Amino acid sequence: MADFEVPTLDEVPRVPRLVEGAMRHSRPFAAAPEHQEALGFPGQLVEDWHDKAIEKFGEILDRSRPLRVYMDACVKCGACTDKCHYFLGTGDPKNMPVARQDLLRKVYRRYFTPAGKWLPWLVGAEDLTEEVLDEWYSYFHQCSQCRRCSVYCPYGIDTAEFSMAAREIMDHIGKGQKYCNEILGKVHQIGNNLGLPAPALANTLEGLEEDIEEETGVKVRLPLDEAGAEVLLVTPSADFFAEPHVDGLIGYAKVFHQAGVSWTISSYASEAANFAMFIGSYEQMKKVAERIRKAALELGVKRIVVGECGHAWRVAYSFWDTLAGPFDFLDPNYPVPQHICEFTYDLIQRGELTLDKSANDHMTLTFHDSCNVARGSRMGDAPGGQFEIPRAIIKACCNNFVDMAADTIREATFCCGGGGGLLTDDLMELRVKGAQPRMQALKQVADAQGVTHMAAICAICKSQFAKVMPEYGFAMDAIVSVHQLVSNAIVLDGQKTT
Amino acid sequence: MLTAGYALLFYAATALLLGGLAHKVRQYARAPVPLKIPIMPAPTTKSGVVWRMAREVALFESLFKSCKWTWLFGWMFHAALLLVVLRHLRYFTEPVWGWVVLLQPFGLYAGFAMLAGLGGLWLRRLAVERVRYITGPSDHLMLALLAGIAVTGFAMRYVARTDITALKAFVLGLIYFDWQPIPAEPLLLLHLGLVAALMIVFPFSKLLHAPGVFFSPARNQADDTRTRRHLASRLERAGR
Ligand code: SF4
Ligand code: SF4
Repeated sequence: MADFEVPTLDEVPRVPRLVEGAMRHSRPFAAAPEHQEALGFPGQLVEDWHDKAIEKFGEILDRSRPLRVYMDACVKCGACTDKCHYFLGTGDPKNMPVARQDLLRKVYRRYFTPAGKWLPWLVGAEDLTEEVLDEWYSYFHQCSQCRRCSVYCPYGIDTAEFSMAAREIMDHIGKGQKYCNEILGKVHQIGNNLGLPAPALANTLEGLEEDIEEETGVKVRLPLDEAGAEVLLVTPSADFFAEPHVDGLIGYAKVFHQAGVSWTISSYASEAANFAMFIGSYEQMKKVAERIRKAALELGVKRIVVGECGHAWRVAYSFWDTLAGPFDFLDPNYPVPQHICEFTYDLIQRGELTLDKSANDHMTLTFHDSCNVARGSRMGDAPGGQFEIPRAIIKACCNNFVDMAADTIREATFCCGGGGGLLTDDLMELRVKGAQPRMQALKQVADAQGVTHMAAICAICKSQFAKVMPEYGFAMDAIVSVHQLVSNAIVLDGQKTT
Repeated sequence: MLTAGYALLFYAATALLLGGLAHKVRQYARAPVPLKIPIMPAPTTKSGVVWRMAREVALFESLFKSCKWTWLFGWMFHAALLLVVLRHLRYFTEPVWGWVVLLQPFGLYAGFAMLAGLGGLWLRRLAVERVRYITGPSDHLMLALLAGIAVTGFAMRYVARTDITALKAFVLGLIYFDWQPIPAEPLLLLHLGLVAALMIVFPFSKLLHAPGVFFSPARNQADDTRTRRHLASRLERAGR
């Protein structure tokens, strides 16, 4: 399929030479007028786009301390330059985090700082021209907002804040991206990213119940819109049909079943993902988050549990309370909100699950930390729980587990290459190349320690890996859900023996 | 004439430095923080955050994780600069504070470390392709300014010694608005001119990383969203 070269995987990871303009051609499809207008953005590039863009830029600066500070603080030390997976995979210098920031910073300097107004040549200030705008569209859609660069910056400068701001400015002048904006429209209209209406969803869940019963002989329910349930499960809609996501969903259902906790999915808020974060729109993000609060109130649940999804968990853990809170109507004896991994881990801790590890003996596993979980959220009571808990679950369900190289996991984890609103076929070259650092680390443990499968807790990671792993010589089903492993290992009460 | 010129230059430079910094700090402090965005794992308490910031500011912890050479040169330069600045306090107080007297020899060695750090950073800028790519004229200018200050400082000690007593009288005169003649030595004039230039560019340049580091939400926020509600902006807070 590829009309580009798939990067090689070397024994020792290397930092590429700079290839100016290597990815200048990469750009996502533009949003159609109806996708733009559904979100209240202009349908196409407005006549006075230059002035409108600067105006919006100023507005964002005034309401965002991070952007204000990060615009000024960079000293060009270069510490971040070799940290971005898109740079490592493409060699395009504009994919070095600081260079990506500079695309926005040079315009900031020109219009908002005295030095840039009077001595633009000295401080690298530039007018906002059509060409600059075009570069924004290209390179701010080559950032998955994974925040790996921020870990290594002496000032914590967070390039994701730049990409979000740039995308927000572009949306407001009519230069939006199709993938994100179309999807957001579906969430507002139907309730999930896929545009899956309630009857279809009910059908899908019924089908899954039948599958489980056929396989185990136990009637495990996947309830929809059941008022009075204890738990509302909010999960990425990919869990309803995509592979290996759906195996994870089956895992959650089995865990709820064994725990004896009543639960339900909501057809109104049948989506944990919140793509508004990717386009940097606070208003949109708030609207999507409020659907969940509303559903929880209407169904009268006491707890909200979030399924396996990276950015959704960041939004839930770090932003929900601010955007749509307070969630004081939920039971304070449980974490608000709670991750499905926390839920399962708690049961394992209390010895309430019977897990047959040998069910996963055909695999040797490793774990891919998803960037938004790793660097944007937490699980459990202590910092770093987001690393320990998923691993503890895997180890409780599997005999064979190996970690990848230390500088590619935990807080240093590499993005899958498809995060941040880039998981679209029109960016396939970027996605394949951006996966190179992760594939490299995986290959290392595959060769040296016989790793056969990689587990993840993010819908985007799973879809991305299923698609790009074959390009690197791995099987497409070498990516698995963490709760798929739980599903394999869990022994249900009354389960038929095979 | 010369004395008046330098006196006014330093008054102006001080005013610009303090005024500019105050403006910037106010701007940072007033800008709302819409969301909680600490880089995790982050401390869950305020005191934990203070500890994280202290490590960041005193030891450059993140930079250490990132690139050992840049850390080495960068940390060496900053630590040395601090000592050198403290050493210069002897020109500002009469009598000289005891600990400043004790510091004098260290301050001198620090001067060499400072130059070595600057040299290392400059070399990196030229030699490493990635760093060269992101380096602009102002980055070289900043290094030149700092190196110039250090070199003229050393020259006054080892090449053409300055009349330190007269210099101190000039400095104290500035502070107490009782101007005393500045020693008309070219090296000293150059040294002081460069220092004034540094003070002036401070609030308009990347030197803003100094106040900026304290305002970085990625580092200074606690991981406590499940226990404390973060409100989006001052406006929203006022409405409650
Ligand atoms: S946030 Fe991630 S994708 Fe974006 S520049 Fe930083 S490392 Fe690259
Ligand atoms: S690490 Fe931070 S300060 Fe250094 S170049 Fe990158 S963004 Fe700038």
